[in-house]
Amino acid sequence: MSMHTISVTINGTAHSAEIESRLLLVHFIREVVGLTGTHIGCDTTHCGACTVLLDGEPVKSCTVLAVQADGRQVTTVEGLEKDGKLDPIQEGFIQEHGLQCGFCTPGMMMTGYALLKRTKRPTEAEIRHAISGNLCRCTGYVNIVKAVQYAAAKQ
Amino acid sequence: MIPAAFEYYAPKSVPEALTLLDRYGDAAKVLAGGQSLLPMLKLRLAQLGHIVDISRIAGLDYIKEERGTVRIGAGTTETTLERSELIKTKLPILVDTTAFIGDPLVRNRATVGGNLAHGDPANDHPAAMLALGAEVVIKGSKGERTVPITQFFSGLFRTAVKPNELLMEVRIPVPPPRSGGAYVKLERKVGDFATAGVAVQVTLAASGAFERVGIGLTSAGPTPIKAAEAEKFLAGKQPDDATLQEAARLAAKATSPVADRRGEVDYKREMARVLTVRALRAAVARAGGR
Amino acid sequence: MAPKTSAEIGGMGHSVKRKEDPRFVRGQGNYVDDIKLPGMLYLDIVRSPYAHAKITAIRTEAALKIPGVLAVITGDTLKQFNLHWMPTLMSDTQMVLPTDTVMYQAQEVAGVIATSRYAAADGVEAVEVDYDPLPVVVDPFKALEPGAPVLRTDKKDKKDNRIFHWEVGDRAATDRAFAEAEVKVLQDIYIPRIHVASIETCGCVADFDRVRGKLTVYMTTQAPHAIRTVLALVAGHVGLSEEKIRVVSPDIGGGFGGKVPVYPGYVIAIAASVVIGKPVKWIEDRMENLQADSFARDYHIRAELAAKKDGTMTAMRIKTVADHGYADAAANPSKFPAGLFSICTGSYGFKNAFAEVDGVYTNKPPGGIAYRCSFRVTEAAHTIERMADVLAQELKMDPAALRMKNFIPADQFPYHSALGWEYDSGNYAGALKKAMDIVGYDALRKEQAAKRAKGELMGIGISSFVEIVGAGPSKHFDILGIKMFDSAEIRVHPTGKATARFGTKSQGQGHETTYAQIVAEELGIPAAHVEVEEGDTDTAPYGLGTYASRSTPTAGAAGAMAARKIRDKAKKIAAHLLEVSEEDLEWEPGKFSVKGAPQKVKTIQEIAFAAYTNHPQGMEAGLEAVSYYDPPNLTFPFGSYICVVDIDRGTGEVKIRRFVAVDDCGNIINPMIVEGQIHGGLTMGMAPALLEEISYDENGNVQGGSFMDYLVPTAMETPKWETDKTTTPSPHHPLGAKGVGESATVGAPPAIANAVVDALAHLGVKHIDIPITPEKVWRILKEKGVAE
Repeated sequence: MSMHTISVTINGTAHSAEIESRLLLVHFIREVVGLTGTHIGCDTTHCGACTVLLDGEPVKSCTVLAVQADGRQVTTVEGLEKDGKLDPIQEGFIQEHGLQCGFCTPGMMMTGYALLKRTKRPTEAEIRHAISGNLCRCTGYVNIVKAVQYAAAKQ
Repeated sequence: MIPAAFEYYAPKSVPEALTLLDRYGDAAKVLAGGQSLLPMLKLRLAQLGHIVDISRIAGLDYIKEERGTVRIGAGTTETTLERSELIKTKLPILVDTTAFIGDPLVRNRATVGGNLAHGDPANDHPAAMLALGAEVVIKGSKGERTVPITQFFSGLFRTAVKPNELLMEVRIPVPPPRSGGAYVKLERKVGDFATAGVAVQVTLAASGAFERVGIGLTSAGPTPIKAAEAEKFLAGKQPDDATLQEAARLAAKATSPVADRRGEVDYKREMARVLTVRALRAAVARAGGR
Repeated sequence: MAPKTSAEIGGMGHSVKRKEDPRFVRGQGNYVDDIKLPGMLYLDIVRSPYAHAKITAIRTEAALKIPGVLAVITGDTLKQFNLHWMPTLMSDTQMVLPTDTVMYQAQEVAGVIATSRYAAADGVEAVEVDYDPLPVVVDPFKALEPGAPVLRTDKKDKKDNRIFHWEVGDRAATDRAFAEAEVKVLQDIYIPRIHVASIETCGCVADFDRVRGKLTVYMTTQAPHAIRTVLALVAGHVGLSEEKIRVVSPDIGGGFGGKVPVYPGYVIAIAASVVIGKPVKWIEDRMENLQADSFARDYHIRAELAAKKDGTMTAMRIKTVADHGYADAAANPSKFPAGLFSICTGSYGFKNAFAEVDGVYTNKPPGGIAYRCSFRVTEAAHTIERMADVLAQELKMDPAALRMKNFIPADQFPYHSALGWEYDSGNYAGALKKAMDIVGYDALRKEQAAKRAKGELMGIGISSFVEIVGAGPSKHFDILGIKMFDSAEIRVHPTGKATARFGTKSQGQGHETTYAQIVAEELGIPAAHVEVEEGDTDTAPYGLGTYASRSTPTAGAAGAMAARKIRDKAKKIAAHLLEVSEEDLEWEPGKFSVKGAPQKVKTIQEIAFAAYTNHPQGMEAGLEAVSYYDPPNLTFPFGSYICVVDIDRGTGEVKIRRFVAVDDCGNIINPMIVEGQIHGGLTMGMAPALLEEISYDENGNVQGGSFMDYLVPTAMETPKWETDKTTTPSPHHPLGAKGVGESATVGAPPAIANAVVDALAHLGVKHIDIPITPEKVWRILKEKGVAE
């Protein structure tokens, strides 16, 4: 079968659609559901701009088929803010100038967010390791580390 | 960036998966974590009509110890392996190895089974499994069989797993006391395949001499390489520096690396030698030696 | 220097949190690929596998049968509209789509238009193209040899592969100085081709409205107005008229120069939209971006320094061959085919200098300056800073001492360089001294000596660079004839808030914040109340865009000048309201008060309200101004960087132990943003120094054409940068500010290269070309007998 009906819960809302089996999860999120905060930056699974949480684990959504997310929970950058209040990770990126062009930022924040769920006070080395699958061209990573540390202190 | 169209199946059981593989054979490929297969599909390097996704099959994801054997389900993700207390205590060489596979995000999806079944000499687990003397459990609709890791890799992207079979489990004998292992990898940056990678698993006798040595090499030929000559040379010897250096020389001799952007043949071969010394030193230290 | 305004106003010197961030952290940015218009179609591109070949056939039947595929556009299609070739920003020409010959691997060969992205991709796979390969020219030196295949056969009477010869300086005097020199050093330096690889690739949505006759193009462009004018000139004959063209540069995910050129994909999308009458989206994928879009560097440099035995530099002579690919599409100012390479005398007081650059065609993609280089300043700085160390090594002098001896003294500014620049201000010794103090230079040299005795390899590298940014004065600077001024239009509303529009376009530099801070500085309106807009040619005043660190020097200055015009009018209104004469008023940020009677005051907000409700008779209502700023000179930021490396004798790996960067960009608008620019620039300086390279085999096949092999650093490869500053204002800029965005990309590579060479200098190593890979280092260690 090359067409499938799937239902993916994104940021708490179920989205159903009939899609091709080859449809990448990132395209499902961006084009079928219309959440464009998750970005595409490469074609070889390197850059991590497409990072979302799949059942709570950060993954590169360009290297997951949408069908593989059927029945699962996806969290994107749009799901970080709750009732108009920014998540500490979002605040951290603003306060510590952890973004410039903003293109890698959603993926970076999802990875940072997931890290902080497991490790309450990550060291600089742990943060750099955790984000080593997310490329940034603008910031040189120094302030991204500070942003995650800010969020750690705030959570 | 965009794969060609394919038929997709998500069987809920192993028999169902095997039925599909029997039906489609060469025209089908197994999908688990997808971190090797999907990139190939996106570049249209592989154009397969049928993808059989086994990630929905329950019970393929486990790490347990039974009667002196650690059993890892093929569907276990690298992250699960990396975080496993059992692996950290009994098989720390695998903690080294998994930490070098891709990046943390890739490891949340990539599976141990996939890293072996892909048959890529540049993947990292094969060398460690060679060093550990592992075995692989393969299942087809006709039954199950166990293949020693030394007979598992048959060529570039070719393993003992036939198109209508599934890799089910990796079995590793729990190393006895006075054992230690290490995986050392030279990569140009995080996420890269190895310029060279060496896995060493040793057991030392009470005298401190090598009782058992396993050495596996990554990106050292068309298949993962077992440095058999080096292993034989070390048996019974004390791990002094000159001995380690000679073993490393023998290990490097067993390599036939391919020149690419990571390096010319002589550099890669020499790196295999340098890393073998370092992996041996680390393994011996972890075994409580010298 | 303490800020003049309060934190509440947020003028210069305040690290105001960025106004653009709220949308980005919510994933509410509006990048080109986020744009979805009703009926929108997709363009994907068929590309050549050959570097040089004749196209003998293009078969589209199979592609057109694919559901969703609507059309296949070829060079023959565009030829009907005379759009198959287009001008480059350097007045060369390049193909949009070929009619007979392809000139580089990955060149655009046909465009597939489909109703979905996936169908377009399938269509691309189904288009069949037959090629007859032709001899490939990838070596620029071979390209210059007599008998080499002539690549640009489209140019009538062209008999070779030369593009331009450019020279600057006094050749005869320089040759004499070399003839008389006590000491001479010569070094060949190759700076390989690299690619900027912003995380967002290039793309556009072209939307031609047939009813209104209006073309709107949402485009990843750093220079929207220039694009609009080029489109009007190039496509005027097919009915596009400049007042009916709107170029919108929405949020851009990194530019760094890679989003200045006009790529064939844009033109094909526009042509398709005009013909079909529906919006057409084109978004390239990463491999297309790396393999076909504008590259940077690829300079083959022969550099020489002449000096006295005591280390005084007396002359510099440089000969460069510039590999431009098959077209000169580098977006340099038109009189500068080698960009601002003539800054190559750097921080030193050379009396004589001469430099010549020969541009050459090869079978590679066109470009040349798209990687944060300030128009070839990266190449110039790498050359002089490497040569300073080469000279120091020759003379057995400490590289810091050699530099100190030769720096242009702080009291000699404005300084006229031997190659014709007037440096506005500088204090090179001050920056180097500060860097040396921070890093602990003397202690490091002692440590190095001790380590050397044990066979351990440790190096210290210095780079004391001068940058040249802010293009530029209309006398010398234009792109395709359009002078390189820039602009600001500020309008203050009745309730005292303001909208400010500029001719530049931020791709992450934070203009929505920093420009607001300039207005806050000059008018005392809180930066939070100033809404900055850029990038929409329908509303923004004409500007040349953001690249080469020009925004603060040009548009930032325009913002200050426009604000001052507003303040002049505000003063008249205040005088009217307070019933005094203008001479009786004094200004502090946000208010005019009467001298000697400070309780008689009018705030800028009250004045703004009065501008619409109670303006003086005979004066126009409103409170706004436009400024088109023609800078009197460029600005010259500078800095000193010190890098400490340790080398693994077994693998050849270079580990950066410490990197101290002291930068001077004059008066700073937002210290937090400047620091961020330095962090990013250092990372984009380290990357070419150690990791990145695009190369070609002898058949023109690209190596490094995906992120598999084009190694963009992660947080693990990137060291923790240490930054500090000195402040030497620009005497001519209205705010005393200079540009800074590219300083670190300019200064970092030679610091790192110098550190590695320094680690190996005692073995007789004089130079290593970047990228300094572990294998390169290992080969040297092996040759010198010190490999582990």
